[in-house]
Amino acid sequence: MPTLPSLRASGGDGADPGRDEVASLTFESVTKRFDDVVAVDALDLEIHDGEFMVLLGPSGCGKTTALRMIAGLEEITEGRLYIGDRVVNDVDPARRDVSMVFQSYALYPHMTVRRNIESPLLVRKYRVDGDGAPPRKLTKAERAARVDEAARVLGLTELLDRKPAALSGGQRQRVALARAFVGRPQAYLMDEPLSNLDAKLRAATRLELVDLHRRVQTTVVYVTHDQVEAMTMADRIAIMSAGRLQQVGTPQEVYDRPANLFVAQFIGTPPMNTLTGTVTTDGGTGPAVDVGHGRVPLPPGLTTRLEEGRPVVVGVRPEHLALSDEGPLEQKVRAVEWLGHECLVFGAIGDSPLVVRQTGLARLEPGGTARLVVDPAHVHVFDPETTERLP
Amino acid sequence: MTAEAVTSPAADRSPEVPRSRRRWLRRYSPREVLLALALLAPSIAVFVVFFYRPFLNLLNWGRFESRRNGAYFEDVGLAQYREALGSDDFREGLWHSVQFVLYTVPAGLVLGVLLAVAAHRRLRGIKVFQAIFSSTLASSTAVTSVIFFYLFNPVVGLIEANWLNDPDMAMVAVSISSIWQNMGLSFVIVLAGLQAVPDEVMEAALLDGYGAVRRLVRITLPLISPVLLFLLVVLVIFGLQAFAQIDIITKGGPVSATETLVFKINRLNRPDNIGIGAVYSIGLFLVTLVVTALQFAILERRVHYAR
Ligand SMILES: Nc1ncnc2c1ncn2[C@@H]1O[C@H](COP(=O)(O)OP(=O)(O)OP(=O)(O)O)[C@@H](O)[C@H]1O
Ligand SMILES: [Mg+2]
Repeated sequence: MPTLPSLRASGGDGADPGRDEVASLTFESVTKRFDDVVAVDALDLEIHDGEFMVLLGPSGCGKTTALRMIAGLEEITEGRLYIGDRVVNDVDPARRDVSMVFQSYALYPHMTVRRNIESPLLVRKYRVDGDGAPPRKLTKAERAARVDEAARVLGLTELLDRKPAALSGGQRQRVALARAFVGRPQAYLMDEPLSNLDAKLRAATRLELVDLHRRVQTTVVYVTHDQVEAMTMADRIAIMSAGRLQQVGTPQEVYDRPANLFVAQFIGTPPMNTLTGTVTTDGGTGPAVDVGHGRVPLPPGLTTRLEEGRPVVVGVRPEHLALSDEGPLEQKVRAVEWLGHECLVFGAIGDSPLVVRQTGLARLEPGGTARLVVDPAHVHVFDPETTERLP
Repeated sequence: MTAEAVTSPAADRSPEVPRSRRRWLRRYSPREVLLALALLAPSIAVFVVFFYRPFLNLLNWGRFESRRNGAYFEDVGLAQYREALGSDDFREGLWHSVQFVLYTVPAGLVLGVLLAVAAHRRLRGIKVFQAIFSSTLASSTAVTSVIFFYLFNPVVGLIEANWLNDPDMAMVAVSISSIWQNMGLSFVIVLAGLQAVPDEVMEAALLDGYGAVRRLVRITLPLISPVLLFLLVVLVIFGLQAFAQIDIITKGGPVSATETLVFKINRLNRPDNIGIGAVYSIGLFLVTLVVTALQFAILERRVHYAR
């Protein structure tokens, strides 16, 4: 595939030539209220230049609102938003030099694909004549070249003369991407761009988007509630819940060291098992958590000093439990789901539901019991009051 | 393409019955056709009684010239059509009607669109303005006309010049009251059209750097073009049919400066002139038909219908 030549807009008015190269986005305790609904609550988040940042969270947690504030489509109630080191709270959307892929794609229905893609090039000025020359609008020929190139990269060349109504969902989504990419803005904002696609197309487009990002090296803020998208595409993930930021980190960080119970249970399918219990040191092989029907060992790296009898929540992912006849935990088996490459054993310890992931087929009968061993290195400990991870 | 056409199964169908008709016949059983006719019957009946039959009557009346002030009528065939449609009086009426349409339709439409675009936003209290702008639609033509009649009164009105007695200004004065009404209708309908334009499309235009004028011309107007075509057609017809405002404000005067075709038809609607009135009516019908057909023929290609 051809590489995209660098052709950056000059930041709208062209008043700030140094702006081009730094396109980090910074939320500084940004709050957005709609009347009495707090959609985004004191958000602090820095998105680095060139980073693929995914905003992840359940429906209604404020992801779209956060994205729209970056675009300037939503006013900021409190706090400050920076693009580079410029505060943009009161900057016009057109002058922020960002492009957005809307969940509905928001193509112009009365324009052909070509005119749709060309649209962002019509008004903006570009620094095309080298660094010294002032930015200017593109000529017709330059625009056509840019459109053709974007169309080629996204496989739309054959469709340039069609109207959006004559395109499939996947094709529309490509047009929306082409329209976003053609203007070479400082940041791309994407609101669940894959949610209207079927599973196969979604998986393929995921890879293409990552590839595209690698080539353009431009900041992407990507909103989704799909953790698979987040885990596979993100440089870093910002997990939100009820308007509040829960954790920011690489996919591996949020998976391996979830900052609180919400993140622990939101990331991973099936979600992390959690058991409440109390810390105990007598008997067994060192400090552990008594969960009623067995003991879960505390992780070796735990630096918090836990006194005897302290109530905690322990979390263990299904893949970090293993069936073993000598295991210290006893699970009542409810059902076994065999998925071909693995099987999931659903059951409970006491009243707490518990899932075990097992490669190959587990020969267990519903109604019976299974004994489990826990990998201590992968045990997570949380405070039951604050739900925060205990380091 | 051609190779396909030669080998397509349509080629060996019997040639005497066209394919589409065979399909049609096969698709509907006699029972279904009867049912369709039964369901259409009420509206067909209404059309026959209130439209087709009077229309045929009118065509018929046009042949009869009145004698002795309407004491009896003589069948003169097409002669009266030729005479009346070629008369200076008819031409004057037609010109006044066209003038009235040209004064009232573009202005009313543009004002309505501008007000609707201005009022189409989420602002506290915007509903109040929407209600005010729509109110011209809610007041009847008679009421509006009486209001404007007094506004144009040189003694108690707003305008000191006596427009209603000035042959050059009387048509403008009558038109203003219709512009006022057309604006309200356009406002309401365009506002409804704007609600159907997705917010995200307008936001995309905002991010693409479109200014207010470019957004209006490149995005908003094309997207509401079906509504605009509808309004244009309806307002032109309203304009050609306008009567009450003229009757109330100027009574066709001064002299005959505001006598439109409809006004003249109404004036001719007496026994001694009923034949000429019928011919004028047919003339107005044909003008309306041609103008409407032309609007569709010229403009419909440029209208974007969402699918
Ligand atoms: N224009 C608005 N007026 C009032 N409340 C709003 C508005 N937009 C969003 N909200 C509220 O703000 C909260 C966050 O909404 P937002 O659209 O950002 O959620 P989201 O995380 O994008 O959800 P989803 O995954 O369903 O798209 C929700 O409670 C929503 O009801
Ligand atoms: Mg959303």
